[in-house]
Amino acid sequence: MTSAALFPRLLTATGEPMDLMAHLRAHGRTPYRGGPGILIDAVEAAGLTGRGGAAFPTHRKLAAVAGQKGIRVVVGNGAEGEPASAKDKALLWSSPHLVLDGLQVAAEAVGARRVHLYIHRDPRLLRRLQGALAERVAHRLDRIVVGVVSAPPRFLSGEKSALVGRVQGGSALPRFAPPRISERGVRGAPTLVQNVETLAQVALIARYGAGWFRAVGTEQEPGSMLTTLWRADGSNAVRESAIGAAITDLLGLGDQPGQAVLVGGYHGAWLTLEQARQLTLSNLDLRPAGASVGAGVLAALPAGHCGLVESARVVRYLALESAGQCGPCLNGLPRIAATLSQVADHRSARTTSAAHDDLERWSGLVEGRGACHHPDGTVRFLRTALTVFAAEVGLHQERRCSATTGETFLPIPEASPGHKNDWS
Amino acid sequence: MDQRLRVNPILCSGHGLCAELLPEQITLDEWGYPLLADEPVPPSLGRLARRVVSDCPELALALVRQR
Repeated sequence: MTSAALFPRLLTATGEPMDLMAHLRAHGRTPYRGGPGILIDAVEAAGLTGRGGAAFPTHRKLAAVAGQKGIRVVVGNGAEGEPASAKDKALLWSSPHLVLDGLQVAAEAVGARRVHLYIHRDPRLLRRLQGALAERVAHRLDRIVVGVVSAPPRFLSGEKSALVGRVQGGSALPRFAPPRISERGVRGAPTLVQNVETLAQVALIARYGAGWFRAVGTEQEPGSMLTTLWRADGSNAVRESAIGAAITDLLGLGDQPGQAVLVGGYHGAWLTLEQARQLTLSNLDLRPAGASVGAGVLAALPAGHCGLVESARVVRYLALESAGQCGPCLNGLPRIAATLSQVADHRSARTTSAAHDDLERWSGLVEGRGACHHPDGTVRFLRTALTVFAAEVGLHQERRCSATTGETFLPIPEASPGHKNDWS
Repeated sequence: MDQRLRVNPILCSGHGLCAELLPEQITLDEWGYPLLADEPVPPSLGRLARRVVSDCPELALALVRQR
């Protein structure tokens, strides 16, 4: 085995994609451990948590599935429906073999016989991964054949009950109160669903150990994570960052402060610049401020852009991404989106305070009343937008706006024809 | 044992029958979807609650034991 990789761990320092030969030179062959116990103990000692957004302790999910009877299934989740996040696509593109090693050792750890990789529907990425999988078969690295499943280009594709629906051949729609997926997941089999970055981290822990993993990060939240950074100078990048790194350093707020910082993506939270300057990339730090690291999205809104207009664009997108299955979400999100857009575009016939009252009432009516957390995440984003951009709302009440540019900032995918019913 | 009403929001189509039968526990929001009381069904309403569950046209309601 070669020595432990230096930082960055997950992506190559040059940004060049790592083919199988380079991967074998850097990391050696797939680190099978001969059975479940050793790997799960190492993951527990490392303190790894899920990198898909929920930050759930990985060893507990592994142990829950390992403890089940019958055929077990592992699914690597790389759907990444969040438009502001690009880290899973970047990882799958540049270090596919770390993810694929992670899938195999996780399957060994839970005793799984079937393995799937669930990825964004992108022909280029699909071809690359199928090429990588064929190379691995030729080198006898994989013990279980990996089935690649493509996810529809929806915000909710990666929600775990939607993932189970898609992987078993149906549509990627959230289900209501599904049984625990660790007990009954894909076609009723106990299923482990892990984000692809989490699997890559597992593959590194299996090789280099818990002590190596904990050499970066904080005591409570060890290790590194991939972040998608949208800086106020207009640049964006996927970077691997130590947990606990200062948001100021990650976004370059010292040089290009911007006006406010979005943390955790479109189900995340806006922070004022003053808050962001004092906080770090860590849930321990962010949760008291009503935010969480989520899947590692950080965006500094540049000067000259209107936070209210940007937030209204996002809320409109989120309303359109409702699966439309639950009455409160189906009825509430479009009303919320329309009202916020009217305030942002000075088209509101009502006073701003009447619009505010409507937004608050509808938020209460959608929160906690969906089969999935889409309404809850949307309301969290909305409420922080109204708080952080309160001064901007005041300007709009006087039919003014602080924007000096007509350009948009936060990325919103353009819906293609037929998008509305595209769930498979 | 305490029981609570629970609605499956995917199945519910907002017929509103439940709120007519059991207004003590169920009201409708401004779009016609049920808002359930955040408290257990009292024993005096148990029979009506079971009827609400069986009469829902979408079978969207259930009585669940309190966690």
